[in-house]
Amino acid sequence: MKERLVELKTEALEKVAQAEDAKALQDVKVQYLGKKGPITEVLRGMGKLPKEERPVIGQMANDVREEISTAIDEKQTKMEEAALEKQLQEETIDVTLPGRPAQTGGPHLLTSLIEEIEDLFIGMGFEIAEGPEVEADYYNFEALNLPKGHPARDMQDSFYITEEILMRTHTSPVQARTMEQHKGKGPVKVICPGKVYRRDTDDATHSHQFTQIEGLLVDKHVRMSDLKGVLNAFAKQMFGEEREIRLRPSFFPFTEPSVEMDISCKMCGGEGCSVCKGTGWIEILGAGMVHPNVLEMAGYDPNEYTGFAFGMGPERIAMLKYGIDDIRHFYTNDVRFLNQFHKA
Amino acid sequence: MFVSLNWLKQYVDLQGLTPEDLAEKITKTGIEVEGVEPFGEPIENLVVGYVKECNQHPNADKLNVCQVDVGDEVLQIVCGAPNVAQGQKVAVAKPGAVLPGNFQIKKAKLRGEESSGMICSLQELGIDEKYVPAEFAEGIFVFDGDPEVGANASSLLNLDDIIIELGLTPNRSDALSMLGVAYEVAAILDTPIHFPNEDVQITEEKAEDVVSVTVKDGNLNPYYGAMVVKNIEVGPAPLWMRNRLISAGIRPINNVVDITNYVLLEYGQPLHAFDYDRFGSNEVVVRRATEGETIKTLDGEERTLSSNHLVITNGQEPVAIAGVMGGADSEVHEGTTTVLLEAAYFDPQAVRSAAKEHGLRSEASVRFEKGVDPDRVQRAGLRAAQLLSDYAGGEVLDGVVAYDELSYEEKTVTFTTSRMNHVLGTDMDDAHIQDILRKLQFSYEQEGETFTVSIPTRRGDISLVEDMVEEIGRMYGYDNIPFTMPQGAGNAGGLTAYQALRRKVRRYLEGAGLSETLTYSLTTEERANLLVSPDVQGENVRPVHLAMPMSEEHSHLRLSALPEMLASASYNVARKQKDVAFYEVGSIYVTKEAVLTKQPDEKERLAGVLTGSWLTHPWQQEKKNVDFYVVKGILDGLFDYLDIEEQISYQQGQVDGMHPGRTALVKLNGETIGHVGQLHPKLQKGYDLKEAYAFDVDLEKVFKAISSEETYTPIPRYPSISRDIALVVDENVAAGDLRKTILETGAPLVKNCLVFDVYQGEHLEAGKKSLAFSLLYLDPTRTLKDEEVEETHHAILDKVKEQYSAELRA
Ligand SMILES: [Zn+2]
Repeated sequence: MKERLVELKTEALEKVAQAEDAKALQDVKVQYLGKKGPITEVLRGMGKLPKEERPVIGQMANDVREEISTAIDEKQTKMEEAALEKQLQEETIDVTLPGRPAQTGGPHLLTSLIEEIEDLFIGMGFEIAEGPEVEADYYNFEALNLPKGHPARDMQDSFYITEEILMRTHTSPVQARTMEQHKGKGPVKVICPGKVYRRDTDDATHSHQFTQIEGLLVDKHVRMSDLKGVLNAFAKQMFGEEREIRLRPSFFPFTEPSVEMDISCKMCGGEGCSVCKGTGWIEILGAGMVHPNVLEMAGYDPNEYTGFAFGMGPERIAMLKYGIDDIRHFYTNDVRFLNQFHKA
Repeated sequence: MFVSLNWLKQYVDLQGLTPEDLAEKITKTGIEVEGVEPFGEPIENLVVGYVKECNQHPNADKLNVCQVDVGDEVLQIVCGAPNVAQGQKVAVAKPGAVLPGNFQIKKAKLRGEESSGMICSLQELGIDEKYVPAEFAEGIFVFDGDPEVGANASSLLNLDDIIIELGLTPNRSDALSMLGVAYEVAAILDTPIHFPNEDVQITEEKAEDVVSVTVKDGNLNPYYGAMVVKNIEVGPAPLWMRNRLISAGIRPINNVVDITNYVLLEYGQPLHAFDYDRFGSNEVVVRRATEGETIKTLDGEERTLSSNHLVITNGQEPVAIAGVMGGADSEVHEGTTTVLLEAAYFDPQAVRSAAKEHGLRSEASVRFEKGVDPDRVQRAGLRAAQLLSDYAGGEVLDGVVAYDELSYEEKTVTFTTSRMNHVLGTDMDDAHIQDILRKLQFSYEQEGETFTVSIPTRRGDISLVEDMVEEIGRMYGYDNIPFTMPQGAGNAGGLTAYQALRRKVRRYLEGAGLSETLTYSLTTEERANLLVSPDVQGENVRPVHLAMPMSEEHSHLRLSALPEMLASASYNVARKQKDVAFYEVGSIYVTKEAVLTKQPDEKERLAGVLTGSWLTHPWQQEKKNVDFYVVKGILDGLFDYLDIEEQISYQQGQVDGMHPGRTALVKLNGETIGHVGQLHPKLQKGYDLKEAYAFDVDLEKVFKAISSEETYTPIPRYPSISRDIALVVDENVAAGDLRKTILETGAPLVKNCLVFDVYQGEHLEAGKKSLAFSLLYLDPTRTLKDEEVEETHHAILDKVKEQYSAELRA
């Protein structure tokens, strides 16, 4: 019987080796290891053996069975791996073909800039205030120390609808309205972004519609040095840590003192170049301490309260930052322009 | 204001500063310098020459051969100028000189005659034609007086001057004069001012014997001073004066006119010189013009006046519009011998309206409009008289005949050092403030830390403490103010809920593939009335129009952003950018008033325009054009994102300008809040677009629908059951209605109902369509039993059969 088992083992292992596919392998398994297979048969015939030989043959039969089973399993694993290998080979694609495009849109450059500026000031504790674009003459001019007939009204020729109603020429009326809402109590700390309108013929540097962002802080101890501090923080965050600011005297009817803020030219680092017209400085915004007449008209006591205000043009900032040469690009909505500013 | 540095040096010592450094100091302290430009190009080898001989060229009619003494030699120069003559002193460019435009002067032969240099015209030396005095316009320049032969002609002609251009803000009209600029620069450099000479030699004859002055309206003309100068010889002004006028952008005319202009620039006080003999009388009467009165001004125009114009008259008729322009009849001309010199203070408003109405803005009117310095009115007259006596041979009659109700009083401003420091954020001491006031030449009294400053009349812009804060601050130097952060209780800062939502909507749309546009709010009347959403449209709703638009293009305020957005789409398509997906968030302006008595209602809207392909992926043969459902899907996604999708429904609707069969009204809890659909083919054609789709929704209403309470819905722990049904209905049954009925009938077990197939065709009766829905059954508290689902399912089938005659599709 020993011989029979050895013979069976040899035979079975040979067939395992020869099996070319899963089915052939399964056949070998059924043939040799099945309930009616030869090894079972050998075990059945063990009754005829002497008692002392039975465990030996039994052990041997089990070993043979184990060996064949292992061989089949190993062969099966190999075959499966080969099959997977083949499948993967067949599934290979050209990864260099272009992907299916995902839809991409994005904000307008001016919106991006305005939101960026809003967020900078929100970080300094400002709120965002908004107001109507079609304004009352009172809020657009009179409440800002520009009574009717004031020569400075020439500076911003406006689109009137009636004698008392016009397209706002700046977002300052929002400041006047916000102060009025606070009923003479501080602090008022707001940023006012929005569209404004002036009687200008559209060309490379003028637009009858453009955007503005103004800021206002009114409280009991607001100093001009605070204006410098806040604008400096803004300039460094917006234009880079290495930028310097300077204030120059200027004139606005609603502030006194009035200043213009320049930042050091990024192009030349302050040496002077064509961008900064050789001065090393680039004008960014107008600002000043809120005029006492403006405070008073909004119900604040100028002896108790002081404040600062500033205003800037996102178009101008965008033109400087990106070297855009024509303000009309912002309103033509050419997708080749719009898409350039959708990148992160 | 153009400031010649050579001129400015007459009043203040510029301490050897370079023009750029000086400009920087001026800019930082108070007045923006907009440009620093050389007046001309200093030219080497340009000298004064004396024309010793001047003979006709033997071979050319129009040329002369001149022998010119240039000091160290005599040059033969061939000259073509018609006005060259023996005995002249001229500007000679010697060989080696390089004239503007890189014109190199060399020895040459002209028609056989040696020529060693060139006798120059002013134009050839780089002076703008518009400033060249008429007498030299067509020929060479001739020096008057007696310049030294061989002297440097460049500096005699002021070609080495530097011009600083000041950009004056409206408050700084004090710097509209050389003296005003001198005050500013002297304060910056802390240096004294050398004032011009106002001492006049006078005759014994008294002016009051030959002229009288009457002012009828002292409010409009608080000061009028008349002087009389006799025995004038009209001729050219001295070269230095002409140079200065040219450097300031004024063309020299003759000595009398030039002197009044010179004093205008020097003192900021406009003057007027009348020809005394042609004045028409010996009485000056200043009054308001009568309605319809006329005057022929010296530009030759006949002008009609009204009663808000102030005029100078000779007692009968106007001889000048006060502060604006003189009359032609009394103009100084070559034969004038006696001049009536006017120095006056005219009301700024009166001059402003007259100048504006007649379109006569001038150097003079601009200064009157800003208000001239009372202190300089009479002094300017004296200065002019002195110059007329020195440079026009005039004899000045004794006295100024004047009407004088002008206030010369100096305003005072009182402040304390601590207030100054409080506003500026500085810690100056009293001495620092004293020092600044001294530099500004402001007199003051001090008591403790309280300063009471007398404001000179030249500084009409200063009247409040804050104005002095600016004066002290700018002189202290804004650079020296420290950087601090605001103290005190601040706000938390941040966006309002509305503003935060608006940003979310933007990000959603951008993520969905749309690009934001910014279009104009002002549009044409036609566009303003186009594509107005039904929720905006209403009886008497009309676009607001401007009173005086600059063009028809931007005359009316929009009632929808769509027309301008479509124009932008059209612009892109015309430039081969055929795929457009735009959105815009912005206001529309709604009113029912034909003439506004109050501001229109501004509503924030969300609008979108899409055309072209939505998706193209060619090598996998994928191409999807924008269609109704793409656009609706974007809105659906938005409402889902805002968690208000259950409040939204769509209903077939009609909107002017939109495709009648492919437009839906967007409804929020049954109220129309906008529309979505395809553009009407006629409008598409009008915009040169193929299929284009649009939406326009009231953003404020959408935001109001959003519940502020955000709650958490637990993830279901029990399995859901999905059932499909295909229903055959009449083709005009709306899927949305059917779906709504299914959801209502199936509640609460049916949680969702999706359309997954729409079929119409040969396997169905004509006029019928099949709609297939996938229903989701779920009870979050337990596992559903099949019988319960069956029961609901049958209820749904019964309901849709009853309501829509819907049959289960076999
Ligand atoms: Zn630069």
